[in-house]
Amino acid sequence: MGAQLRLLRRKIRSVKSTAKITRAQEMIATSRIVKAQQAVEASKPYADQITRALTALISHRVGIDHPLLREQPEDRRSAVLIITSDRGFCGAYNANVIREAEALIARLRERGREPVPYVIGNKGITWYRFRNRELAAQWNGMSDRPDFAGAERVGRRLTEDFLKTDAEGGVGEIHVVYTEFVSMLTQQVRVLRLLPLEIEETTSGQVLPAYEFEPSAEAALDLLLPNYVESRIFHMLLQSAASFHASVRRAMKSATDNANELIEVYTRMANQARQAEITQEISEIVGGAEALAESSAGSE
Amino acid sequence: MATLKVGLVSPEREIWSGEATQVVAQTVDGQLGILPGHTPVLGVLLDGSVVKVTPADGSPEVVAMVGSGFFSVAFDEVSILAEQAVLGRDVDVEAAQRELSEAEGRALDDEAPVIQRRARAKLRAAELEA
Repeated sequence: MGAQLRLLRRKIRSVKSTAKITRAQEMIATSRIVKAQQAVEASKPYADQITRALTALISHRVGIDHPLLREQPEDRRSAVLIITSDRGFCGAYNANVIREAEALIARLRERGREPVPYVIGNKGITWYRFRNRELAAQWNGMSDRPDFAGAERVGRRLTEDFLKTDAEGGVGEIHVVYTEFVSMLTQQVRVLRLLPLEIEETTSGQVLPAYEFEPSAEAALDLLLPNYVESRIFHMLLQSAASFHASVRRAMKSATDNANELIEVYTRMANQARQAEITQEISEIVGGAEALAESSAGSE
Repeated sequence: MATLKVGLVSPEREIWSGEATQVVAQTVDGQLGILPGHTPVLGVLLDGSVVKVTPADGSPEVVAMVGSGFFSVAFDEVSILAEQAVLGRDVDVEAAQRELSEAEGRALDDEAPVIQRRARAKLRAAELEA
């Protein structure tokens, strides 16, 4: 009986230390979500401005033409950029992204295209490596706190591959799978086509100024489009990072809750065992005393 | 007097914003001074150049190094967007000097001139600010 009590106490101790770790992780993640949200906010002015400038540029000229806007039906390869995290402990975050990515890859195959995965984040990289699937490119180290330099690297590579033909190892379109940070509680996996860019006709009432271009509209477009793509990728990285931290927080919170529940159950069992032990000891003493009294009564 | 609403932003954050009386930026073709009432312009910045902003409240001139980017002027609003942007007072002079000498030591590949120009622009911005 004493052994059982010792065992339970040991279990309680170990679960308590686990709870301490998960609780700390939860708090770290909470503070990182705030930082990630601030980063999203801070990146807004640039994203808004570049979108506005691009809108102005495109709405100015009818029949605008640029390689990044051109559909390439002759290229059958399609890039799928998958944004996962470097670390685990984040619940179903990566599983959700990969599931969506695999669904997209299957859809692309059905349409007779040849999907090529480009993966960001160690978790996604290992997932594809383990299955011996070929990756066109992989990056890591940008899932916790993405910086623009990382987005630039990814964007450069993707636009370069987009401008190449199939035979040169290029791709005809680029899709992205990332996680959007809707709120603290909701994160949504999103799939979108990044390139070729689609020009949407909108009829917002705002009249755009008649810009002059310095040195020329073509030069401005040449610079703006790749920058716009990079800024989109940066935005998606930031959204994914915020979602990642939110997933970590949720996973760690439920781990802490589970641990606390376990501690309660084990404490009850330990109390019961302790009481049983005491009861047994008392009945042993009483039994012993009675036996002693009986034997001494018999000898008289 | 009319003033310009200026915003200098990099992808990661807003570097500087406020009212100004004059902005000088450098395009591939040369320097461009912008005063209130300027016609709308969308221009490509020279990679590794210096942007000067004269604040309207009379405080000292704001100087910043900018990397690849562009600026747009419309209705007295000037936005300068650069992938790399550092204010003159934030420039780490020693690091910039190191970057410059490293770039100068390198063989002339495609990247070296850009890095050199950016490092020089950083130093120039730091000097003008001082």
